Amino acid sequence: MKVLKKGNEAIGEAAIRAGCRYFFGYPITPQNEIPEYMAKMLPSAGGVFLQAESELAAINMVYGAAAAGARVMTSSSGPGISLKQEGISFLAGAELPCLIVDVMRSGPGLGGILPSQADYFQATRGGGHGDYRTVVYAPASVQEMADLVGKSFETADRYRTPVLLAADGSLGQMMEQVEFPEPIDASSRDTSWAVGQGDGKSRKVLSSLNLDAKSMERHNLDLQAKYDKIKECETMAEHYYTEDAEAVLVAYGMAARICKGAVDELRAEGIRAGLLRPITLFPFPERELKEAVRNAGLALAVEMSLGQMVEDVRLAVGCILPVEFYGRTGGVVPTVKEISGVLKDLMKRGADK
Amino acid sequence: MTVVFDRPKSLTDKKFHYCPGCHHGIIHRLIAEVIDELGIQYRTILVGCVGCSVFITDYLDVDGVQSAHGRGPAVATGVKRTRPDHIVFTYQGDGDLAAIGTCEIVHAAARSENITVIFVNNTTYGMTGGQMAPTTVVGQVTTTTPEGRDARRCGYPVRISEMLATLEGARFIQRVAVFDPKMVREARKAILKAFKNQMDGVGFSLVEVLSACPTNWGIKPTESADWIRENMLPIFPLGVFKDVQPDVSGQALSGQAAPGAAGERG
Repeated sequence: MKVLKKGNEAIGEAAIRAGCRYFFGYPITPQNEIPEYMAKMLPSAGGVFLQAESELAAINMVYGAAAAGARVMTSSSGPGISLKQEGISFLAGAELPCLIVDVMRSGPGLGGILPSQADYFQATRGGGHGDYRTVVYAPASVQEMADLVGKSFETADRYRTPVLLAADGSLGQMMEQVEFPEPIDASSRDTSWAVGQGDGKSRKVLSSLNLDAKSMERHNLDLQAKYDKIKECETMAEHYYTEDAEAVLVAYGMAARICKGAVDELRAEGIRAGLLRPITLFPFPERELKEAVRNAGLALAVEMSLGQMVEDVRLAVGCILPVEFYGRTGGVVPTVKEISGVLKDLMKRGADK
Repeated sequence: MTVVFDRPKSLTDKKFHYCPGCHHGIIHRLIAEVIDELGIQYRTILVGCVGCSVFITDYLDVDGVQSAHGRGPAVATGVKRTRPDHIVFTYQGDGDLAAIGTCEIVHAAARSENITVIFVNNTTYGMTGGQMAPTTVVGQVTTTTPEGRDARRCGYPVRISEMLATLEGARFIQRVAVFDPKMVREARKAILKAFKNQMDGVGFSLVEVLSACPTNWGIKPTESADWIRENMLPIFPLGVFKDVQPDVSGQALSGQAAPGAAGERG
């Protein structure tokens, strides 16, 4: 059954249906509906909602709950996600699963509360200190937000690693039809590695401390092997008219939705445009992008930032074809016309050369 | 042959790495004795923090979670809320708890998080080499106050026990020392109470233990007791600052106590 739901609330509902019973958070716009939804719904679901004194405290509560085997999450936006980086690094180091939602707003600094995609570097490069990565899912609709929440928890558990869901303010605030998955019982998840088994048989210590260089290197190599496996098995992207595309737009989240409109408009004018939409930002869909541009003479990365994902696009296909960039920032959302116009100009310039 | 003195069951056989004259060893042992006495070794979870005691998870034979600097009370909150049937405690130094972790300790106490906190105050950052701590006494020489702590530039030491005792949620706060046998016995009693409170669902309990750091104080271990008596006791007097039972009216307002929060026996 489809219901009408706000993006942020859909995240909350999907999390509860995915068996998440612990939420620790701190207020920040534009994601407040997530903690508010959890405060309302979690207690009756037998869970715990706790408003922390800061994002630092919230992520460290997540760390403690994850160490004790909880299916646990937090959510925030840019300035708060910056504060959470300490805890995310510890979660990655101690190999603990959890979900962190970033409903992106504009920055740097306090910035603004309007939608943005400027946290791409922070999300995909690890964000905090040390040799680690977080898996990053980027939904483009309320339905996909609901679907990817469950997927995020599964991935977090499968690889025992923190997973980030990176939406933007517009996705968080908009209402759309959504069909939720059936609730699952997550109480039988394998948490044999967690503290507090209470059997006295094997003492568990969960830590990221490692003062011996060789042993620390070993740990980092193991983490790297895990990320390689994630790259191999978990990469997700959507192709939209890429098969015969002469020009390929590359965009994720809200920017990708607008790009779809641009592709439709350009196709109506007889221009063979296509779109490759990364659904995982880390791992970045390199193979999928290579496939998408196989008949193209131009790739255009479109972002609600001044050019962050475009670096991954260039790393993947920069030596195959020209990669251009177009972005709006600060909370300004590009229009379909704007993007179509930019692509047409670039194609014309390319033809004139 | 009768055994009159032995290693507590909850202490591993790993040798302490602590400097001569350091009090961490005594405090670790007291905690292990209390855990044994209460019979909770297999349902105790230790949250190790950052400082000289960062390796405490090697010494206490209980489950452990290693926290980031100062975040122990937040980590313990997450653990306790998830496993309310377990006994959860943090072991924090004064740099960890009274500087970088001030926010987390204040709010864990304000929520009356049903955890136990062992707070070891030696007036300095031991592990990083003896820098000024929030608890460094005025005039004390440290590596970052080479002329002695000057109150005009560096302010005054923070009295955590007195400060936390003003909070409604703080149920039991006592400051103890371990530099003579009588004090050690008193410290053991305080630690026992702080753990027992958690089992009885009383709420937030903290024991501050004054501890020696002769290495960074630049004195001999044998001079430490006098140093504490002369320099610490006037500023950090021993005593019970708070000892109350849970305020049930707060729970009535919120309807039901959350798992892990005060009032829930566990």
